[in-house]
Amino acid sequence: MTTVYIPCDSAALSVGADFVASTFAAIARDNKIDITIVRTGSRGMYWLEPLVEVETTNGRVGYTNVNSRSLDASVIADMVLAKDLANSIGLVDSYPWLAKQQRVTFARVGIIDPVSIGDYELHGGLVGLRNALKESGASVVEMITESGLRGRGGAGFPAGVKWRGVLQADADQKYICCNADEGDSGTFADRMLMEGDPFTLIEGMAIAGTAVGATKGYIYIRSEYPHAIATMTRAIDVARSHGVLGDSVLESGKPFDLEVRAGAGSYVCGEETAMLESIEGKRGMIRPKPPIPALVGLYGKPTVINNVMTLAAAPMIMAQGAAAYQALGHERSRGTQVFQLAGNIAQGGIVETAFGITLGELVDDFGGGTRSGRPVKTVQVGGPLGAYLG
Amino acid sequence: MTSYSEDLLRGVLEPHRDKGVLYALQTTQEVIGYVPDTALDVVAGVCNVSRAEVYGVLTFYSDFRQSPPADVVIKVCVAESCQAVGSREVVAELHAQGFDVHSGIIKDGIACEQIFCLGNCALSPAALINGSPFGQVSAQSLLDTAAEMKR
Repeated sequence: MTTVYIPCDSAALSVGADFVASTFAAIARDNKIDITIVRTGSRGMYWLEPLVEVETTNGRVGYTNVNSRSLDASVIADMVLAKDLANSIGLVDSYPWLAKQQRVTFARVGIIDPVSIGDYELHGGLVGLRNALKESGASVVEMITESGLRGRGGAGFPAGVKWRGVLQADADQKYICCNADEGDSGTFADRMLMEGDPFTLIEGMAIAGTAVGATKGYIYIRSEYPHAIATMTRAIDVARSHGVLGDSVLESGKPFDLEVRAGAGSYVCGEETAMLESIEGKRGMIRPKPPIPALVGLYGKPTVINNVMTLAAAPMIMAQGAAAYQALGHERSRGTQVFQLAGNIAQGGIVETAFGITLGELVDDFGGGTRSGRPVKTVQVGGPLGAYLG
Repeated sequence: MTSYSEDLLRGVLEPHRDKGVLYALQTTQEVIGYVPDTALDVVAGVCNVSRAEVYGVLTFYSDFRQSPPADVVIKVCVAESCQAVGSREVVAELHAQGFDVHSGIIKDGIACEQIFCLGNCALSPAALINGSPFGQVSAQSLLDTAAEMKR
């Protein structure tokens, strides 16, 4: 039996991945070709989607831009035997665009079944949380601080300092809120992670929650991301049924549970205090600061608010140590950064690499220039609120 | 669905009253397809807030609609990344064919609306048709798919 991997990432679906999967399954069944189809997230090479991968003893080989209409028994038989076809890219992990990257936060995205906790553990999942549960909250917060992890929402506030504020606050109830209101055009890394490796975010939030003494977490996802909402919700159910969430996280005696809350089409709710209002069910009106949410946050209780990429970095830090994370990056920017290439670009997708890459490398080498074929005139960096560089 | 039972809605919302007004309105729209005027009172009752507060939440968030939706709703992304590769032209072409993304006018059971970023920016221009994602779209591909879905 051969395993075939077909993405269920919503961007891959937008160019027909579901049709490819159902056609592939039907033809294989009718022709007694023995396969199992596993749906995964996307590798983030969107110009190659739908990208179908076939397991071989050397690794997974890829077939790009698979069109459900061009699939027939002989094509599928060849693909299952990993034969060289016109749309082959060989071993996907060796494909230069991927091989040049340093996938840390996205290490599992596009590889595992997003809602299989077994798959997640097999690929190094839950090690960070297990380590964290053996430590005191204060030493977990210390490790996060030491790692140099900074908020990935834009402001770059040190995550450890934020967590310490909530840890030291005295309250009967504390919360962790994940800001997954990824509203700026051109950004989709949060969505990809939630659709492709939701357990990483769950694990990161469980690390944060058990460290600072918060028993409840919310993931606020914009309604424009229906697939992320569905996958995240399902992953939370799976995590709960495996004891990763609940009254005693991994039998540690520490309680932590999660809930998804959907936005409703308001851009301003990406601002953290407006998001808190929205989670409480109100209009997304911005609250004056101070008080800061770390002291007076959701329902007036001390609350850690981080974005998806920040919380998703915590499992790696707790698994491999602050020093390993520190070792990646550049000056005050530690760790890796996930760059999203979009718009009029030939090779759009995500590039995760340690800080320090140049814009030229991103746009020309990874991006391959413009999709329209004309010279690059202007690059907008940092989303709609960023700068135009010409 | 044009008629609904207030009691039935109350029964659906009641167990989730702690989640607040926004959640109740989202659930209402999920169940009925829109938020009828009389549902405001049901939500107000369940959440123990005034009708005015419910109305405030309803009108703050652009997802809510107060009349039944079209059979097929095309939501075209008009954010920056999609604009860079032609979503304005898509919107203009839809407009030329009688679909105004601002008013969301329903024609032949199809309505077009604008949306701001679906996170499908590497395959711009992007759209959702009845919740299903589509990438690298044109006005014609959207209308063809919508027509297929109607059938």
